[in-house]
Amino acid sequence: MHQQRLTLQEAPMSNSLEPKKSGAAKDINDVSYVEVEQPGPASLGKQSLGFWVTFKTMFKKNLSVQYPDVKAPTEERFHGRHQLNRHPDGLEKCIGCELCAWAFPADAIYVEGGNNTPGNQVSPGERHGAVYQINYLRCIFCGLCVEACPTRALTMTNEYELADDSREKLIFEKEDLLAPLRAGMVMPPHPMYPDMDENNYYRGEVKSADPSQGPIFDGTTAGEAK
Amino acid sequence: MTTAQLIANDPGWLITVKGLLVFIVCVLLTLMSVWGERRIVARMQERPGPNRVGPFGLIQALADGVKLALKEDLIPAAADKIVFVIAPIIAATACFMSFAVIPVTGPVTLFGHKTVMQLTDIPVGVLYVLAIASVGVYGIVLAGWSSGSTYPLLGGLRSSAQVISYEVAMGLSLVAVFIYSGSMSTSDIVGAQNKWWNVVVLFPSFVIYVISMVGETNRAPFDLAEAEGELVGGFHTEYSSLKFALFFLAEYVNIIAVSALATTLFLGGYHALPGLGFTEAWLGGWFTIVWFFLKVNFFFFIFMWLRGSLPRLRYDQFMKFGWKVLIPASLLWIMIVASLRVIQQNGASRTVALAFALGIVIIVMAISSVFEKSKKEARKPLPEGEAPNFPLPQLPGVSSFNASTKAHTSGGTNE
Repeated sequence: MHQQRLTLQEAPMSNSLEPKKSGAAKDINDVSYVEVEQPGPASLGKQSLGFWVTFKTMFKKNLSVQYPDVKAPTEERFHGRHQLNRHPDGLEKCIGCELCAWAFPADAIYVEGGNNTPGNQVSPGERHGAVYQINYLRCIFCGLCVEACPTRALTMTNEYELADDSREKLIFEKEDLLAPLRAGMVMPPHPMYPDMDENNYYRGEVKSADPSQGPIFDGTTAGEAK
Repeated sequence: MTTAQLIANDPGWLITVKGLLVFIVCVLLTLMSVWGERRIVARMQERPGPNRVGPFGLIQALADGVKLALKEDLIPAAADKIVFVIAPIIAATACFMSFAVIPVTGPVTLFGHKTVMQLTDIPVGVLYVLAIASVGVYGIVLAGWSSGSTYPLLGGLRSSAQVISYEVAMGLSLVAVFIYSGSMSTSDIVGAQNKWWNVVVLFPSFVIYVISMVGETNRAPFDLAEAEGELVGGFHTEYSSLKFALFFLAEYVNIIAVSALATTLFLGGYHALPGLGFTEAWLGGWFTIVWFFLKVNFFFFIFMWLRGSLPRLRYDQFMKFGWKVLIPASLLWIMIVASLRVIQQNGASRTVALAFALGIVIIVMAISSVFEKSKKEARKPLPEGEAPNFPLPQLPGVSSFNASTKAHTSGGTNE
């Protein structure tokens, strides 16, 4: 075994930046020593075991996923593209409050609220999100916007294939983000469920659409948002 | 008829066909070995390697080659243009030429002519290979010099120094083969191995040859001429497009050429594995080509295996290893082989020869044990109270500290 003395000085680090005084050499007596055992090189036989490691590895199952052909499912709670959800009767959950835009630190979300009028009821209550944009060049998928949303309108999907070839294409509009209309829903704008107000909606008391609200979507055509 | 006589009877068109075959086989092997290398090294790292272009990614190398050829061909403003263009041509030409003397098959019939698959058989065939390999160095050193840039120059110097020093060890390791088979012609050397392969008889030579052939071809772990972390790409940093492809081709053909030479000199060339000698007559002798390329691929696999397992050597360690270990070792080994040969030829009995060999083994063992002991002595820890005998960097708060300072004794003197 090769022994070697390494010197470590226990002088405070702040001293090392100060200009040296003439008497600094006195400190040499305070130097403490750490004995470090250095193992010499391993024997040639031991070293050549490495060749066996690489040879053995050749017959191991390789772990690569053939990505474009095979898409491995993400974890359930993977942060992917956002989605703007709907109430069970098809009305949008977003109320245009902009809390998501305020929550995000780098200004990826732009929201403009709009009034719900009797002829144009997009979401329950007074307001809806008229313009909703998420800039995926800025989004860091932190999920703070999801936490901020008071109506659970904004959630995240597991979709991760978001690459594109221009900056414009990566600003997603409301149409790109809205959840698809499912069977049993009615395409908004339409009036709220009979005898219910927005509070019933928020408590989850609206379970389905009513025929009085409009033509009920049967799910035969591919789910279109608008 | 001997091989030399068979080849001498070749008509002109057959020589042309053979020359063309050498070229085609080398280029095809290069494409395959680029693919093979990437696949094997990938498997060693638990990756699949290229597997998208063609079945199993077999055409990947061809696709890369086409892409490379279609790229823009740049010549740096500071380059010496003529030499810059000539250098890759020298490198690529030299590597193909060494393949001319490699016997790929035994006697076969090609288009009604009895011949062997070997372009030419000169009495100093192996020396010719070494000479051509030295010419190939010009390609490297001229490329480095003519680029007019620092990194290529350093890389070119490194690889030329490397190739030259390992060529010495390589040449010395071949001397034992010459002594043993009594010829320098490749076909005679293969012929002399029909009973015992040289790898058994001359194992130390084989080991030295294999090590120096890796050094000679600038391959990992001896690829310090192309050390990406230090020299960008080495001598071919400034090259692009087809000129770079030529260097790339030269590197792989060189690997194949040294593997083929190793096969010829140590693994019995086109001879079948021991016990399978009857296969040599199959297909009118053409089956020997399978054995030959199997052996070449074995060496190629060793190249890949080394690359997958070993880190790159430091330049000084590499040079030290070549000059201070490989060359003395092969000189000693040549002396032993030559003495044994002389003893045998002077009609001494087998016992005398054996006793001589045993005596040498005992002497070598004794020397090495003494050497080991002195090495252990040198490694002993320093006695208490003595500073290490090497300069240390300046420590914070210490104005001067050097080897002579007995620093850690509590009552030490100040300087």
